Amino acid sequence: MGDPPPPSEPPAQQPSSRRSSQVSERRSREHVQPLPADPHEVQETPRDSQILWSNQEILGSQTSLRGRSQRVSLTQYENSGMSQDEEARLGGVEYPSLNMGFPSEFQPQPYLDEGGIQATRNASLMLQQIQQGQGNLFQQLESAYQEPRLGLLGQFNMYQREDLQFGAGAQHGPYIRDDPALQFSPSELGFMPFNMELPEPEPRELAVQNAKAYLLQTSVNCDLSLYEHLVNLLTKILNQRPEDPLSILESLNRTTQWEWFHPKLDTLRHEPEMQPTYEMAERQKALFTRSGLGGGEGEQDMEEEVSETPVPNVMETAFYFEQAGVGLSSDESFRIFLALKQLVEQQPIHTCRFWGKILGLSSSYLVAEVEFREGEEEAEEEEAEETTESGEAVEAHGEEEGEEDEEKVPDVIPKPTWKPPPAIPREESRSGTNKFLYFVCNEPGQPWTRLPHVTPTQIVHARKIKKFLTGRLDAPVTSYPPFPGNEANYLRAQIARISAATHISPLGFYQFGEEEGDEEEEGGAGRDSYEQNPEFEGVPVLELVDSMANWVHHRQHILPQGRCTWVNPLQKTEEEEELGEEEEKADEGVEEVEQEVGPPLLTPLSEDAAS
Amino acid sequence: MDAESLLLSLELASGSGQGLSPDRRASLLTSLMLVKRDYRYNRVLFWGRILGLVADYYIAQGLSEDQLAPRKTLYSLNCMEWSLLPPATEEMAMQTSVVKGRFMGDPSHEYEHTQLQKVHEGEKVFEEEVVVQIKEETRLVSIIDQIDKAVAVIPRGALFKTPFGPIHVNRTFEGLSLSEAKKLSSYFHFREPVELKNKTLLEKADLDPSLDFLDSLEHDIPKGSWSIQMERGNALVVLRSLLWPGLTFYHAPRTKNCGYIYVGTVNLVCSVLLLPLISTSIWYPGSEERTTELEDPALKQVAEGWNVLMREMMVGGNGSGRR
Repeated sequence: MGDPPPPSEPPAQQPSSRRSSQVSERRSREHVQPLPADPHEVQETPRDSQILWSNQEILGSQTSLRGRSQRVSLTQYENSGMSQDEEARLGGVEYPSLNMGFPSEFQPQPYLDEGGIQATRNASLMLQQIQQGQGNLFQQLESAYQEPRLGLLGQFNMYQREDLQFGAGAQHGPYIRDDPALQFSPSELGFMPFNMELPEPEPRELAVQNAKAYLLQTSVNCDLSLYEHLVNLLTKILNQRPEDPLSILESLNRTTQWEWFHPKLDTLRHEPEMQPTYEMAERQKALFTRSGLGGGEGEQDMEEEVSETPVPNVMETAFYFEQAGVGLSSDESFRIFLALKQLVEQQPIHTCRFWGKILGLSSSYLVAEVEFREGEEEAEEEEAEETTESGEAVEAHGEEEGEEDEEKVPDVIPKPTWKPPPAIPREESRSGTNKFLYFVCNEPGQPWTRLPHVTPTQIVHARKIKKFLTGRLDAPVTSYPPFPGNEANYLRAQIARISAATHISPLGFYQFGEEEGDEEEEGGAGRDSYEQNPEFEGVPVLELVDSMANWVHHRQHILPQGRCTWVNPLQKTEEEEELGEEEEKADEGVEEVEQEVGPPLLTPLSEDAAS
Repeated sequence: MDAESLLLSLELASGSGQGLSPDRRASLLTSLMLVKRDYRYNRVLFWGRILGLVADYYIAQGLSEDQLAPRKTLYSLNCMEWSLLPPATEEMAMQTSVVKGRFMGDPSHEYEHTQLQKVHEGEKVFEEEVVVQIKEETRLVSIIDQIDKAVAVIPRGALFKTPFGPIHVNRTFEGLSLSEAKKLSSYFHFREPVELKNKTLLEKADLDPSLDFLDSLEHDIPKGSWSIQMERGNALVVLRSLLWPGLTFYHAPRTKNCGYIYVGTVNLVCSVLLLPLISTSIWYPGSEERTTELEDPALKQVAEGWNVLMREMMVGGNGSGRR
């Protein structure tokens, strides 16, 4: 550490003080000296008159911010602690750096000279200086240029006295202090400023200063000293005034530390974590604006359309389900309603219904059951069919190749006579399992995806496996026996099964149409259409609860084959007949027996197996 | 879920589709308040609802100051009158493990179970069929206990351990951050820790003894028995157990709201360990990536499917979700 330069004459004081103010600023920037700590100290050590005195001398600038005053006051102290290097660096007048919020007048002149200064100002200044002085002292002590403390203090003392001697006669103007907290009335202080001497710092005070200096140490890892952290913590507690602070002390401690190192600085950039949330909110906002919620002008138009719009009244049905304790929250129901509205606008839809929600592993599915208007859907269907057919062709080809390879082996391996069972054709749209179309999305606001039609093999396999749905439609379904299709097909198959088995209505709500000749034609397979009974009067609740016979299925039962209407697979292709006539005859008997018949439409629940 | 924030909690947990009807909700609000007063609980949790064939059981639990102390369980059929259930014992668990199927909904219903017991008569030893009656109440107690031990969840930081031992609610818990909320390791089992002592010293060194004193969900067996989802576009984290379907845990990140509720028919998706698996790849321990796959795609598909089936018999699949 450099030699402490001897305190120079008063005129030299000024430049040096200004020079060192830069240093002090630098240092002070790192340390925020909080106020609340100090007054306590001040009150405890009113005898610290020496420091007080020296502060008085030096401190001309009455700034409300202690930090700055500290810097100012530091000048003198720093002088003693400054090395030659620093002084060289600080060459020149450093006015601008000092004026960070300072009142422009700054005179590090001893206060003594102004005999006419009012007592109040004296007192408040004094108090202020006491605080700062203590802070300053310790800041000095914690500076990089650590000296044996006593040594410093010794110099400091020396310096003080010399200051006194050299008290200049320049005038200070009154300085504005804007911080009312610093206005202490003279009555709080027990002494008057001018008639004090500067005794040696007593051992106890020395101990206090040492302790504070120790607390103000910053570690190598971070800039935060224990002193500051404790001050932050206590400030926080005093501001928030939680109940029973002792029991939450550790948590508060952790939180304060965390907050210090994670300041919210950037007001312009969004937090990356919240990005998906905001995106989803934007999309849902689009839902609300697109749907054009109830504008005044739009209402009349909407009324005309109400009878025709296929959008279901989701809120009403949600209300009834809620009475039963089932269902989603009301705002989610509303969002689903808006999403359905969006769907209706996008697709040519004749009827629409919210089918339900299927929970998945990473996200869930919202399912809408939809019927297209006549003639609208055929184009899309054909595309879908083509892709599946080409896929099947490729698979068949692969099998044939496999067989050929076997034949080329020198040992003649008997050609396997096993043929895969003929694929059962899927049902036409608008009939049987494919009566309705299903659209899914993951969350309201996301675009609706159409699910492909279901094939009988898919239903048959879906009966055999149990898989969780992941939430992504293109996810593969690995299972044993292997499922023909991906998650979209699996989902569709399960939806078909659920619909067929669980869609019920009270007896009499639906009735068959009046054409009774159909029954004979379809070979006992039952009618597949029903209509609402206009004369339905409702069934008393008690009856509905008591007996299962009052509820009927209004969806066609799915046969073990995977279809609603039975199809004899052997009648399908002529090729098969040519290839294995004999086998076919043998099988025929079996096949005939297996003509699958399911319960006809509108069968009561009491006929269900295993109820 | 805490009875004090019941409405909000029900709203947040409603994503699973099962909730309460408005009249039940209203009666719960009043009755749980009275329960808290009468039994002098520190906190009352609405545990959930067990669906029975004839009626449903509504379950509530009362906690004392120490959050991990044994809880008192109460049940009600109409959300108004609550009856205290006896504490669960091992004996009960064994006894009721033989009963399967849905709850009836009548607490005095008795299940009959025939057991073969060896009866010594004089010098003869023969087996006799003994019909054991098991009350539904007993079954209820042990099932609730089982579910609690298996899948009751609490986020990290919601409870803290005082130096004297008891566990308290952390009043300065501000919620998990979004990145933490997506990880299973930030959720703990809300029960006495079982796995903690098995951790290596290295792992223990990183733990904070006042916060990390419970088992985390990360190492649950069977693996993958939790599904984490973000709902409402990242504004809500929902954990659903695949082992006990029906248990939903929700937490709104950065807020204090969290809780779990069980609504469902009580069925443990069965777990069978040590099933034969076909290896479809060679895996080097310690790395997830260095594997060599089976080459024949058809064989691989079959093997994969088999493995999946076997694993599912451990976890149990539920096919099309919960509907």
